[in-house]
Amino acid sequence: MANYNLKINGKSQTVDVEDDTPLLWVLRDNLGLVGTKFSCGIAQCGACTVHVDGKATFSCVTPISSVGNSEVTTIEGLSEEGNHPVQKAWEEVDVAQCGYCQAGQIMNAAAFLKQNPNPSMEEIDNAMNRNICRCGTYHKIREAVALAAKTK
Amino acid sequence: MKTVTKASRRDFLKIAGTTAGGLFIGFNWFSCDSPKVEVLSTEEILSQAKSFNSYLSISPTGDVVIYSPNPELGQNIKTSFPMVVAEELEADWEKVRVVQANLDAEKYDRQLTGGSGAMPHSWERLRKAGATAKFVLVAAAAKTWNVPAEEITVEKGIISHKGSGKKGHFGEFVAEAAIMTAPEEVTLKDKKDFKIIGTPVKNVDAKDIYTGKPLYGIDFQREGMKHAMVQRAPFGMKIKSVDDSAARSVSGVTDVVQFGTSVAVVGNTTWPLLKAKKLLKVEYEADGAVESTADHDRLFAELMAKGKAEVKRKDGNVDAAFKSAAKVVTAEYQCPFLAHSPMEPENFFAHVQGDKVELVGPTQTPDRARQETAQLLGIPPENITVEITRLGGGFGRRLRADYVIEAVEVSRAINAPVKVTWSREDELTGGAYRPAVRYRFEAALDANNTLIGYKLRGVGMNAGNTTRENNFPSGAVDNLLIESIEHKSTITTNAWRAPITNFLAYAEQSFLDEVALAAGKDPVDLRMELLNRAKTNPVGELGYDVDRMIGVVKTAAEKSNWGKNPNVKQGFSVYFSHRSYVAQVADIEVQGGSPVLKKVTAVTDCGMVVNPTGANHQVRGGIVDGMGHAMYTNLTFENGVPKQRNFDSYRLIRMKEVPEIDTHFVDSGFDPTGLGEPALPPTGGAIANAIFAATGRRLRSQPFIEQKEFSDIKLEIKRA
Ligand code: FES
Ligand code: FES
Repeated sequence: MANYNLKINGKSQTVDVEDDTPLLWVLRDNLGLVGTKFSCGIAQCGACTVHVDGKATFSCVTPISSVGNSEVTTIEGLSEEGNHPVQKAWEEVDVAQCGYCQAGQIMNAAAFLKQNPNPSMEEIDNAMNRNICRCGTYHKIREAVALAAKTK
Repeated sequence: MKTVTKASRRDFLKIAGTTAGGLFIGFNWFSCDSPKVEVLSTEEILSQAKSFNSYLSISPTGDVVIYSPNPELGQNIKTSFPMVVAEELEADWEKVRVVQANLDAEKYDRQLTGGSGAMPHSWERLRKAGATAKFVLVAAAAKTWNVPAEEITVEKGIISHKGSGKKGHFGEFVAEAAIMTAPEEVTLKDKKDFKIIGTPVKNVDAKDIYTGKPLYGIDFQREGMKHAMVQRAPFGMKIKSVDDSAARSVSGVTDVVQFGTSVAVVGNTTWPLLKAKKLLKVEYEADGAVESTADHDRLFAELMAKGKAEVKRKDGNVDAAFKSAAKVVTAEYQCPFLAHSPMEPENFFAHVQGDKVELVGPTQTPDRARQETAQLLGIPPENITVEITRLGGGFGRRLRADYVIEAVEVSRAINAPVKVTWSREDELTGGAYRPAVRYRFEAALDANNTLIGYKLRGVGMNAGNTTRENNFPSGAVDNLLIESIEHKSTITTNAWRAPITNFLAYAEQSFLDEVALAAGKDPVDLRMELLNRAKTNPVGELGYDVDRMIGVVKTAAEKSNWGKNPNVKQGFSVYFSHRSYVAQVADIEVQGGSPVLKKVTAVTDCGMVVNPTGANHQVRGGIVDGMGHAMYTNLTFENGVPKQRNFDSYRLIRMKEVPEIDTHFVDSGFDPTGLGEPALPPTGGAIANAIFAATGRRLRSQPFIEQKEFSDIKLEIKRA
């Protein structure tokens, strides 16, 4: 066990956990930030996507010992009022079915659009291919990413 | 035309009394009687929150709260049910709040999600609920203003009387409505006057989903709650010995408990449990048949050849027809096991305290969770509460209560509140799968290429009847034999989205394509010929409405430009399941020698569409689901253990693999039927038939990409 000082959603947080504990479980179990979801645990589905220094990261395979001073942003911290352009686009397009994958989808899309503000449809498909949606909302996801790119 | 329904006076006003708190109209969504109205103070409501959860409530501010009883797993029922109530109430949708109801077996029957049955079951009941509430509010306004109720109109939660110019919102009449006499009859709206139904209303949980609020069972936390993960025995095996010393030594593990054929590791957080589970040394021994996929293949062959079948349907004289046939077409189709793999893994919270139990989590059948818990603990079901969280998918997996019972077992053993969470590996290896099945079809054609004989023999596992004997093409063939054989497997199986039909439709629709080819007929023409036969001169019982099926076939041919573009190879499929009719056409182009799936056109008749957004979601989602599993997904067994343990080997469809999907709805004027399942069954057949049209290669097994037909060519997906 060791103490880790983390920067999460703009706040400093201290947790006392084992070095190998994935960021995902620190967020969910230690900090109560359950918006970040567990689904595969092996970097295959994207449900656990957060931003680490702005980069879309699978938190399920990110040991806490590797986070250091990086800024971590979760779905809870993406915007104050839930009004990040990507969140707004998701509402506008009414993307979700069960909704379980959508926090990860939104975090991936937000990081992607930051780095590529005017993507082609093909680039959207490539970027979003790392997130699985078992309900099959893929059409709406790409529509919402495209809308967010337009409206931001 | 207006529908008038009887309402029961007895049930209408349960408690007459006015308070400043608001009108709480409780209605029994699901009893045959019409809605009850109860007037309770806010305090009463709050103090009795558990036993009064089936309410439509209206506050003095005019805000409307509608409780939604059925589990929401993405089928959008939590939005579409309240839409129906609000429609008849003439509520302002902007002022409606929707609350998920807990399990209450007295107030609701059919508080479950499965079989695409919620909307057909509740449509009329929901309408009555809204209409009855509107009736008393109008009566209250009429009395207050001293004007005839018939002259009053209601729009968006505002009650008005033109003659006197009086106006007020619902909340203003809540108190007076409480002492109104119950209506003998309620008048339902004419469908053409619907303002909310038929419009694209957004998901009521959208904001909470997109901001990461704790909506799902896996998000549930409770002070003092422990976490647990469970190691389960391979199918057909039991525990011989357990060495948990290494697991116990993991920091953060507080306990290891054993029940049945399972061992649970318990701790304060999840991560230590994932590690500890790997360190459990459990030895197993056989406790029944320990099966592998090779055993299943052998069993299928044996049972298909000489198993004793149950005859499901027999028309005419099949032997004579096949003897006299000019041509006979025979083919066998087989699919693998599949897991449900909802994105939210199984989990449940349980707190056993003496003879009382609190349960919280994602379940499609809260009552089953309660009943099985009651049985396990030998306590009355009333002692068990079940809070239904939002479900991160279900697909039939959460119709079972096995994972609920695990939480109950662990909570009882450690005498503390606990949440059991499954890992993805647990989910893929822990059972309750869509079972593998094999079908053999035989068709007899006479010299005129008319279908004179049809045989279907299905061999399934734990699936009961593997056929749908009264479904198309039954009724269209003079001589027909449908039979089913079952193997009892030790591998646990369960309903999986569109049970049976999720593969039967594929097999049958592909086989009909083979028949069309042998008969030298266009696949759509063959289906129309058979449907016309079933319409004009049906043989035996028809489990489907021929006209509705013809409707979707014709519309799909038209919308897809069937057969019009020589560069596009098309596959046709049509299926009736769960009360809805769906026809699909897959478009494939050959590029560089590879078939490229570009588009699926889907035409659905689900009666009236309640919410076009939700309906589109379900149709597209069903197609993506059917497509993904038909093309990519396989689950195979080695000695009672699945070989595919996570999404790296258990392949699910992704963004880049989804073609354009063009959806259309036929308005047949019928009341709405469910859509959670019916769009899935036709998809595999449409795609396989298009692949055949493009390549001449007939796919008779799933997943497609693992078949030898695709060993030398690549099947690609590109959007149009
Ligand atoms: S849970 Fe991290 S990628 Fe699936
Ligand atoms: S919306 Fe259910 S998994 Fe994506």
